[in-house]
Parts: sequence; structure tokens; C-alpha cells
Amino acid sequence: MAIIKAKNLGYEYFRRDKEGAVEGIVKALDDINLNIKQGDFVAILGHNGSGKSTLAKHMNAILYPSEGTIWVDGKDTQDAGNMWDIRQTTGMVFQNPDNQIIGTVVEEDVGFGPENMGVETKEIWERVKESLKIVGMYSYRKNAPSKLSGGQKQRVAIAGVVAMHPKCIVLDEPTAMLDPVGRREVIRAVRALNDVENITVILITHYMEEVIYANKVYVMDRGNIVMEGTPREVFSHVEELAKIRLSVPQATKLAYELKKAGVPLPDGILSAEEFTEALCRLL
Amino acid sequence: MLRDITLGQYYQTESVLHRLDPRVKLMGTLVFLISLFLFQNFTGYIVATLFLVSMIALSRVPVSFMFKGLKAVIILLMITVLINLFATPGETVVSFWKLTITKEGIYTALFMMFRLIYLIIGSSIMTLTTTPGNLTDGMEKALSPLSHIRVPVHEIAMMMSIALSFIPILLDETDKIMKAQMARGADFESGNIFRRVKNMVPLLVPLFISAFRRANDLALAMEARCYRGGSGRTKMKPLKYHLRDLAGYVILAVYLAAIIVVPRVVDKIFVQ
Amino acid sequence: MSLIVNHVSYYYNRNTAMQSKAVDDVSFVVQDGEFIGLIGQTGSGKSTLVQHLNGLIKTQEGQICFNGEDITDSDFDLRAFRSRVGLVFQYPEHQLFEEDVFSDVCFGPRNLGLTKSEVELRAYEALKQVGIADESFYQSPFDLSGGEKRRVAIAGVLAMKPEVLILDEPTAGLDPRGRDEILSLIRKLHDQNNIPIILVSHSMDDVAEYAVSLLVMHDGKLVYDDSPRNVFAEHRTELEEMGLSVPEVNKIMHLLREKGIPAPADAITIKEGVEACLEILR
Repeated sequence: MAIIKAKNLGYEYFRRDKEGAVEGIVKALDDINLNIKQGDFVAILGHNGSGKSTLAKHMNAILYPSEGTIWVDGKDTQDAGNMWDIRQTTGMVFQNPDNQIIGTVVEEDVGFGPENMGVETKEIWERVKESLKIVGMYSYRKNAPSKLSGGQKQRVAIAGVVAMHPKCIVLDEPTAMLDPVGRREVIRAVRALNDVENITVILITHYMEEVIYANKVYVMDRGNIVMEGTPREVFSHVEELAKIRLSVPQATKLAYELKKAGVPLPDGILSAEEFTEALCRLL
Repeated sequence: MLRDITLGQYYQTESVLHRLDPRVKLMGTLVFLISLFLFQNFTGYIVATLFLVSMIALSRVPVSFMFKGLKAVIILLMITVLINLFATPGETVVSFWKLTITKEGIYTALFMMFRLIYLIIGSSIMTLTTTPGNLTDGMEKALSPLSHIRVPVHEIAMMMSIALSFIPILLDETDKIMKAQMARGADFESGNIFRRVKNMVPLLVPLFISAFRRANDLALAMEARCYRGGSGRTKMKPLKYHLRDLAGYVILAVYLAAIIVVPRVVDKIFVQ
Repeated sequence: MSLIVNHVSYYYNRNTAMQSKAVDDVSFVVQDGEFIGLIGQTGSGKSTLVQHLNGLIKTQEGQICFNGEDITDSDFDLRAFRSRVGLVFQYPEHQLFEEDVFSDVCFGPRNLGLTKSEVELRAYEALKQVGIADESFYQSPFDLSGGEKRRVAIAGVLAMKPEVLILDEPTAGLDPRGRDEILSLIRKLHDQNNIPIILVSHSMDDVAEYAVSLLVMHDGKLVYDDSPRNVFAEHRTELEEMGLSVPEVNKIMHLLREKGIPAPADAITIKEGVEACLEILR
């Protein structure tokens, strides 16, 4: 069953000048159709301003469509009575690790969501323990979040969402402000959620290396979905991606350049390991 | 430099004071602060010092860490001391130019200085041993009767807790922006007071913008995590009194009685 | 221009119980026109080190000499010196504060005490150099896109006409388009202004592509100071132990060599990778 389904979804807002007068209409999303199944690992790629964050906010009933419909777990987000159910079903993790931590101790932050949902005290503790263990932050439960690294803070934020027992987690550029080590930590935690807990993951990013674990990739540009498919399929279109100035992983790029020079390598190589094997087969 | 401010920070360790119910600690701080204004002589200080020293010992927070908090208010301290030193009328000790230092002045200045130091150390013991979350929980619960007369107690407590947790982040940010502007030749150190205030603009504007951006992000994050005010919320750490909390209240009562009674008794003995 | 860093060390909370070493006995030389990459994990001391170079952090131990002058001398005027080594901080757009783009860029040169016309001329030149269009000059800096804001902030430093330019992770948080723009801008600045550039980065691919010499920091120490080619070819395992990595192309070369294929260990860019693979297949 579809956990998130969008049909002809559109979102517009007024652009205003300094005095607040309406200058024009901006179409942030245009005729988006999505069908994301329970347990999927979906990646959404695109530049800033391509509409990917706007789309993410529709999945959590923070923004509502101006055209079309979006259903989360079969519920129409525009129905006001569904709002809290929807926010519980799809959790959100945002970009800036400092701006989404509410508690002053790690465990208190993770407990914030369940507290809001009215979960019993005893169960909150169980959920906090279990979610911190999933992201590998249990030993830091008594620490102050301000003393943690960026990657650790993001893992705490993820645990905070997991503790709400969502069916789906939307991560809006969770690694954009992290160093490579932090990025690896977060992606590892996200993959564990998907593999072990079978939570649907929607990862919004512009780091190509993070996309290769997804089973479906959507590429967005100017409010539209311009490409969709498996990472292998999407990354076979090096030139189209270059046109909207998105790059591909380095191994893919190397393979693409060699193909241009006449080497018969297969399409859609994603990693250094795959490249090496493919090249060895040619020898 | 800004990192050195320990005022309002939490120091993580295991101690009786850390385990104490925040309501007891709030009451304790209140009692201690009031007590500082209840006596006017030396004996009162001995009682207050004994109490403060034993609390510091019980808290297991390193003394050096505690006194670092004073650095932040050193200018305030100095101003208070100087004003009292020069502005108290009485028996002249030294006099130069237009300034005179009086015997009474020295007494009041010293008195005020210790009172301020005790005040700051006293309240930092509370913040050092209580997590901000715990502290606001305590405040929320202690003030909860007020919600019947439509005081938004939960919201106030939530605001306080968020403000406290953003202090280290904003201090860090101030440090960074300050350095970035200094790299562009900004001068925060010289000039008269008006010039200095004007020179703060390149620091304050970015800081405010960033604070608003953070507030906006945080509100979004809280909403996404189903926050909808205080009603229907459960608590991860509900406050419950234990035996030690009762003991805490008893000790406070004893202290309060001592600070009122002891100086008078001692006075009487010396007068006779 | 010459910048010599000689046995510099820096401690947090110096002379207290909580003393910890942030920079540990670091020495290196920046030569005229050089493009230096500086890599290391978060907390390895890179940011603290570069803040020494323009005197934002007072040197505790060791010396730093700029054009023969010892900037660590107690009577050296650090404030006047700061403009000569331009330092672009991480997320530099966070320091923008004026009502319009042009005034913001004027802030630096105005602090140097230049005449109004000289200040404006410099601001104009700097904005042109970073590729900001004339019609954006009197816009609020806060209305610009992320990449544009960052370029305006860089212009704010360039307008001081520094003799060395240091950029602390200038591409952090940008999308691929923004990253490309900033990196090619930095290369252009290096070529046109002919000033040495120190690029602090987390991206091995970027330093492989741009830097001529590479500094690697770990736990406050400067562990390698060599060409990127040599560092990546010779110290792959050590870099990985430090939580760093090698450029993807270089990793492929190592994988090929492990399979007994004679790939060059020192190929680090896409271009070199293509050549190396074509050579192997020949």
C-alpha cells in the first residue's frame, strides 16, 4: 500500500516586494505525482529552490497543496482532523542540527515527541532507550546536546522522530551541514532504520553518494519531477543531470568519460568497487 | 572568552544536590537570596558562609568552575563596590581630589561585594546542579496553581527552557561573528562609549537575524514533532517528592531560623 | 609575499586544569602564488590554526613571520595587519549586516580608513570579481540566493585587497551548483590576483583538483606537508585511520592495484584517472 501518494500536486505562493505588495506568483511545485510504498528508501535530488523542501513539508502537513491532493497513509492532508495523525505517521528531520533539538539533555530531547503525543511515562522511557540504541547514541543519553558533534546531533534528532513510532521519516538535507564523518554516521543510521525497522525513508539531499542506497530516486528541477528511477537508471543520464547542473558520483563520472573515449563500460556504475570490477572484466 | 561564562550552565556529575527535586532547589535558592538581606552584621555572614560552603561541597562541582561564573559579572561587581566606596557619607578615612572614602563606605562596599558574590554563587549552585529541563519542570509545577487564573505557566516554562538551551549556541555564534567582522577590520575594543555602541551594529544585526532564523526553524521542528501546547502532554520525568526532598525542606527551615536567630543571640552576648 | 609559521602551538584553557592542546608544534611556509589545501577532521585544529595567520588568535608559542616581520611580537599592530591576510570564515554569509550588498562590501575597506572614492572603487571591483551583477548592488543581501550571499561575503574580504586569502570550508552547505561556482571563483581569484590561497576543505576531490600543495592536520599536529599526489599515493591507510579518505579516483587506482593491475598509485583527478585506465586497456 502507498504510504505517500500525490496526485497532480501543485503549490503556489505570492512573491512580495519590500512593501508587501504582491509582485507575482511563484509556482514552487507543479503537477507532482508520487507513489511511495511502505518500506521504500526514496531519495529526492535537486538544487536549492527546486521545490524539494516544499514537497517534503507537504508530507508532514506543514504546507497544504494549492492544487491536487497528497495522501499520507491514505489520509488527505487537507482534512484538518488528520493533521496530528499525519505528523505522527511521518516524522521530519531538518537540515540544521542546532535548530531542532529541544531538550537540554539527549534523552529529554528524544522524549519530547512521545510527551506531546501523550504516551505513558513508562513507555516513553522504553521508546527513548530503544530509539537511541537504533541510532547508536544510547551511551550519550545523559549528555548535553550542545557538546555533541554535528553527526551525533542529527542522530539524536532522528532518534527523536523514531521514538514517535512513525511509519515514514522524511529527512530534509540532514547531512548538508556535516563533515564527511558526520555524513557517514547519519547515512548509516538512516539505512539501519530502513533495513532493520522497515521504516519508509525519504531522503532529500544533494550529495550524490548518499543516493546510491535508495531503491528509487526522484530528480527535481524548478518544481517538477524531471527524472525518476533506480539510482542506476538515473545516473545513466550523466548529460541530462549535467544540464541541470547536478553532478554524479566520481566513479560514475570516470566511467562516463571512458565511455566517451570508446571504452565499452556498462551504464550506471555507482561506486569505486563496481567500476573496478567492470574494468577488470574488460581485460 | 565568551565560552568562559559558566553562569546558568549545567555541570554534569552525581551528587545529592543533583538528585534533589528542582522545587526544593528553587525554594532553597529563594530562601538563600532572601536570607542575604536579613542580616546586617558579621555573624550573619558566618552562618551564610557555612551554609554556602556546605552546599558547594555537596554539589561536587569543582570550586574553580563555580568561580569562573563570577568573571562575567566582574564589571558589575566593581561598579557596585566603587559606588558604595565613594558615595557613602560618614567618617573620612582618605580624601583626594573630589573623592572621599569613608569608614562606612568601606564597610558597605565590602558588604555589598560579598552579598553579590554570594548571590551569584548561590544561584549558580542551582543551575549547575539542575538541568534546564528539570528546572523549568520544577518551575512549571511550582507555579501550576497560577494556571487557574489564566497565567500560561506551561508556555512560560517552555520558553525559558528553550532560551536556556540556546544560550551556548548563541554565545558560540557571537564569538564567530565577532571574529569574522574583526577579520574585516571591525573594532570592538577602542573608542568612547557611543562609538563602541555604534561599532556593535555589525555584530548585533547578524546575531538577531540568526536568532530569528533559529526560532523559526525550531518552531517548525516542534510542530513537526506534534507539539501543541501543554494540554494532553505527558511527562517523561514527572516530579515526585522523595524522602531526601523532605529533608531538604527541613534543612532550609533550620537555616532560615539560624540566620534570623544566631546573629541576634551573638549580638546580645557581646553587648552584655 | 612570504608567510612562515614556525613551531606554533596553542592551548585551550592554558595554564588551568582543563588545558588541552588545539595546535601542536606546527611549522610550514606559504610561498608566493601557492594554492594550498588544508584538510583534517573536525576538531583537528585547522580553524584554530588559520585564525593565527591573521592574528585573530594571539600566538601562545612559536612565531609567525609575514614578509619578514614577526607578527607575534608584542608591539606588532595586529589590527592593521588583519586586512593583509584575508580570512573567509565558514558560512561567511552570516556576517552580512548592511541594508544593501554594496554597503556591506564597503565595510572592510572603510575600516581601513581609505577615502570614500577608494572604498567604493574597491567594493565595485570586488563585487565584479565575484560575479555579482550591477542590478543586485542595491538589493538587500538577505534577498539573494545562498550561493550569491556567500560570494558577496567573499567580496567583503577581497575588497580589503589581502595579500593572502584563506577560505575556511567555502563550499559548506551549498548545493552542487553553488559549490561549482565558488570553486571556480576561487581558482579565478588565484589566477587573476596571483595571491596565495589556503583552502580549508573536507572534500578530497576538491583539494586533488585545485591544490598544489597539501597540509594534513590530525589532533593538532601537522602530519603531512607535500603535494596532494604524494600524500594520497603514499598515505592512504594512515589517512583512513584519521577518519579522512582519498579522492574516489585514487581509491579506484588502489583497488585496481590490489587486483594486480599496474595502475598508477598517484592518479587523483578524473582526467588522470581516464588517462590511466586508457593506458591499462591499451
